[in-house]
Amino acid sequence: MFARLRGDFPILDARVGQSPLSYLDSGATSQKPQCVIDTFIEYFQQRNAAVHRGAHSLAVDATEAFENGRIAVAELVGGAPEQVCWTKNATEALNIVAMGIDRASRGFGGQAAERFVLGPEDSIVVTEMEHHANLVPWQQLAASTGAQLRWLPVTETGELDLSSLETIVDDSTKVLAFTHVSNVLGTINPVERLVARAREVGAYVVLDACQSVPHMPVDFTDLDVDFAAFSAHKALGPTGLGVLWGRTELLDALPPVLTGGSMITTVTMEGAQFMPAPQRFEAGTQPVAEVAAFATAIGYLAEVGLEQIFDHERELAGILLDGIAEIPGIRVLGTAENRIGTVAFDVDGVHAHDVGQYLDGQGVAVRVGHHCAQPLHRRFGVTASTRASTYLYNNAEDCQRFLTALAEVRPFFRVQ
Amino acid sequence: MSTPMEQLYQQVILDQSRARIGNTDLLRDSAQAPHGSSHQVNPTCGDEIELETELLDDDHLAVRWTGDGCSISMASASVLSELAAENSVAEMLQIESAFHELMHSRGTMEADEGILGDAAAFTGVSKFPARIKCALLSWMAFKDALNQAQAAREEKHHA
Repeated sequence: MFARLRGDFPILDARVGQSPLSYLDSGATSQKPQCVIDTFIEYFQQRNAAVHRGAHSLAVDATEAFENGRIAVAELVGGAPEQVCWTKNATEALNIVAMGIDRASRGFGGQAAERFVLGPEDSIVVTEMEHHANLVPWQQLAASTGAQLRWLPVTETGELDLSSLETIVDDSTKVLAFTHVSNVLGTINPVERLVARAREVGAYVVLDACQSVPHMPVDFTDLDVDFAAFSAHKALGPTGLGVLWGRTELLDALPPVLTGGSMITTVTMEGAQFMPAPQRFEAGTQPVAEVAAFATAIGYLAEVGLEQIFDHERELAGILLDGIAEIPGIRVLGTAENRIGTVAFDVDGVHAHDVGQYLDGQGVAVRVGHHCAQPLHRRFGVTASTRASTYLYNNAEDCQRFLTALAEVRPFFRVQ
Repeated sequence: MSTPMEQLYQQVILDQSRARIGNTDLLRDSAQAPHGSSHQVNPTCGDEIELETELLDDDHLAVRWTGDGCSISMASASVLSELAAENSVAEMLQIESAFHELMHSRGTMEADEGILGDAAAFTGVSKFPARIKCALLSWMAFKDALNQAQAAREEKHHA
């Protein structure tokens, strides 16, 4: 099946100079199957109208496409469609939670929002392996409320060091925000253990699911998290669309950050009442074509099967890790067993930018830099790394072409 | 015919990236002559350089830098330091301007080796938009640091 579905992704036929393309940068953004591209075009050809207003047939049709997207997400990650709020991206989704708590702490949202109030006696806990999107908003919240920011460290093998979990996450902790899967190391974190500790101390759990939802079966209700965020574009969908998922009673109590049209019940000159979730967080015109295209992407993922996708990528991860181990002078960052097909590494004597440039010359697309995780790179004593990340459309040949090119890097740069 | 990779990574660049001429601790306030320093970062990859210029007299300057980054950025800082030792301040400004123009030429310009010296080896970089910033990082720091050094000298004259 995986050999056949490659043909569904037209961009994979592209050539880079003289070489065929081996796209190993899906951790940054995924490529799109033709059916997703078609839905996007068809939406504008056949269904385009303003949603949730107007009584004409097109508006009804567009609204249906928009709301069906919500149903598709709920089927993918669990919960009810009302628990799915559209955002611009996952970064915005995480900011909505952090900034909503900030607003609650400053008296917005009335009695319902009091549960979110943070002060100097409270703490927020993150981890050392967070993407900046799940770190900087919490730094801002800490600075704004006076709450203490703490973090769980990362071990040499690239796993969360939970030896001090009980002291770092304690009775003062109100928020525990962490990534399901590291975007650099590929490590899958033990959500159950962290959630259990958060429950013991009454902290809200915020899960960054950007690198898990596209690559493995994920059910937020089973994981028992309070909020979760992910983006469409890493899961075969279009850019410009993210998801904030939350428990209904929490979403309905969280003060919205973006206010205006489409999110109110009544407005007077003096004030306004807000709708419950999800509309509460969807002020202004929404990316309807993107939602429709994402629904198609989710259908595609479901048809292939996320269980199967996970196994396929684990196989590719094995090829990558075994192959890299045979090339002298390469240090893999993070060697956790429980992982996805994301492998970051440092090439001794050659800067990541030069590694990426050389691989690109051979048609192999990888990511170089700090991957929006500077503290994690500092933890491993480097400022930048090279990252190969797989997806369902990659095959063993992509991995082999990557390994062949990688083996040539140090000789090309005359590093002994 | 050399490959695009070989055109980008000229032997001069590979050699200079290892030689790292001028890569030494900054003197900062222990410098005798008017001086200035500038810290530049390429946020996309974390390449970083802090470069100091010291105006030894009207015509001559010393360049020192610390930093870490890709071979293009390190080679560029090294070539810059080498040129600074061999050229006057006015000549360095002429080289800086020619180098800036070359980097923004998208590979359409023939480098003037008479002006640029070893910096002409960076011609191939201008065909790689993502790498232009790497080549220019040390030169941006140089221009900023030189401005500060010149301002410091003015202040000294007036004091």
